[in-house]
Amino acid sequence: MSLRIVVTVKYVPDATGDRHFADDLTVDRDDVDGLLSELDEYAVEQALQIAEDADDAEVTVLTVGPEDAKDALRKALSMGADKAIHVEDDDLHGTDAIGTSLVLAKAIEKAGFDLVISGMASTDGTMGVVPALVAERLGVPQVTLLSEVSVEDGTVKGRRDGDAASEQLEAQLPALVSVTDQSGEARYPSFKGIMAAKKKPVESWDLSDLDIEAEEVGLEGAFTKVETADARPARTAGTIVKDEGEGGKQLAEFLAGQKFI
Amino acid sequence: MAEVLVYVDHVDGAVRKPTLELLTLARRLGEPVAVALGNGAADTAATLAEHGAVKVLTHDASEYADYLVVPKVDALQAAHEAVSPAAVLVPSSAEGKEIAARLALRIGAGVITDAVDLEAGDEGPVATQSVFAASFTTKSRVIKGTPVITVKPNSAAVEAAPAAGAVEALDVTFSDKATGTKVTGRTPRESTGRPELTEAAIVVSGGRGVNGSENFAIIEALADQLGAAVGASRAAVDAGWYPHTNQVGQTGKSVSPQLYIANGISGAIQHRAGMQTSKTIVAVNKDAEAPIFELVDYGVVGDLFDVVPQLTDEIKTRKG
Repeated sequence: MSLRIVVTVKYVPDATGDRHFADDLTVDRDDVDGLLSELDEYAVEQALQIAEDADDAEVTVLTVGPEDAKDALRKALSMGADKAIHVEDDDLHGTDAIGTSLVLAKAIEKAGFDLVISGMASTDGTMGVVPALVAERLGVPQVTLLSEVSVEDGTVKGRRDGDAASEQLEAQLPALVSVTDQSGEARYPSFKGIMAAKKKPVESWDLSDLDIEAEEVGLEGAFTKVETADARPARTAGTIVKDEGEGGKQLAEFLAGQKFI
Repeated sequence: MAEVLVYVDHVDGAVRKPTLELLTLARRLGEPVAVALGNGAADTAATLAEHGAVKVLTHDASEYADYLVVPKVDALQAAHEAVSPAAVLVPSSAEGKEIAARLALRIGAGVITDAVDLEAGDEGPVATQSVFAASFTTKSRVIKGTPVITVKPNSAAVEAAPAAGAVEALDVTFSDKATGTKVTGRTPRESTGRPELTEAAIVVSGGRGVNGSENFAIIEALADQLGAAVGASRAAVDAGWYPHTNQVGQTGKSVSPQLYIANGISGAIQHRAGMQTSKTIVAVNKDAEAPIFELVDYGVVGDLFDVVPQLTDEIKTRKG
């Protein structure tokens, strides 16, 4: 019995680039390079490990995004995923978290799945809510924010490290999992993997393939609206001193002046 | 006056500070109605009343501890039906955000996470967020359904505002999905006696420059003199010098204290994403070119092994 794993990934603007907003207050994707969200690499890694431990498994990597988002799929395929699905449609521009979860859930259902694996959050929006939303829509258990995950006999088990406690969790498949950056370092694509990825299938779906109306997504379908986005004023240059034996005392003086001590 | 639901984060009846901050913000929007679930729920009432809750809806069941997230969503949905609030506010913890998102989806509403400020607007609450590693400030609104908003710790000062705080039992029927994810074990985190990282007024952090787990004692000693929480950069965590739960940054915790002291941290964009909204920023680093110095109100270019112990001693002396 084949284990069908779908990994959701996001193509995000490079955080080391100069990120900003476009005129319609959506993220400007034209002026900054994109890449596979680093936190999703951990999801791909865990999917590959679970697949390697299973008798028979298939890893499908799924993204929703513009043409360039194929780069994120290629990266995941070169790491070892078997196939990819790219949901692309002009009407998706400006889709918020609620809308994104609709598109992902419909695509995951169409693809067929036993296990969905996501990163803990995207590195651009950083909301961290999409995995929970997708689980709610799919009506399957959420086993989220795991630093350890394993699948055996139709059961997914994992460890969630919260502020107050570390919890051991367990759910029956089908289920949705999200993993943190503590789950295990993501592998680098090998040269062989990169060459093999070029031959792997990438399916393209649009909204009509998923029976989603244009007004359910995009800026029009959004449940939230950004009204203003202002660049934070540059900090006024602070005082910088060189330690010549009294640096700690000088710092104490500053902290006392600010009433911290 | 409109009612505003506030989800209560508590540990066996002890209300955590971010919830009290939420009550302050909720009063700007209407009359706070608190929802406290699980073991000790009713014990939260006195504290919540002191801080402005006109009503406290409580419900206890083993499901809240035995299963992940969904039972709490079921309860909050029941509270939403009972009250018809103008907004629902939830603390921005990992769990809080998941609860808020699932609730929003069920009630056909939008969700905003990690607000750092909240004000009443003509068309509903306006949430301020800090995005792209705090390089932008946005103001957003939920434009469909009851606004569901999660708020980061330290976004408002806690204010006492005594109110009735009448305790009412909340009627909750769990959905058949509530028991999907079982909690089979729980190991409480050992208390260090220091404040919670995300809630602390002062955070003292160490990075690559600390150069070893044993050297974190220097960072801890300074933190203890200041009554501060201890943070660590990803480099320090990945090297195994300090626990991941203390990691500040994009893939760790986002903090916004009154004072942030970065020691031996260069200030990579990923770290800045987690601390840039701190009110006052101080850094100690050997490298005068470290990007962290672009952010500081006060910086010392020097060896942290000289500067930090001297600072700790000086504070001790001044405190007499």
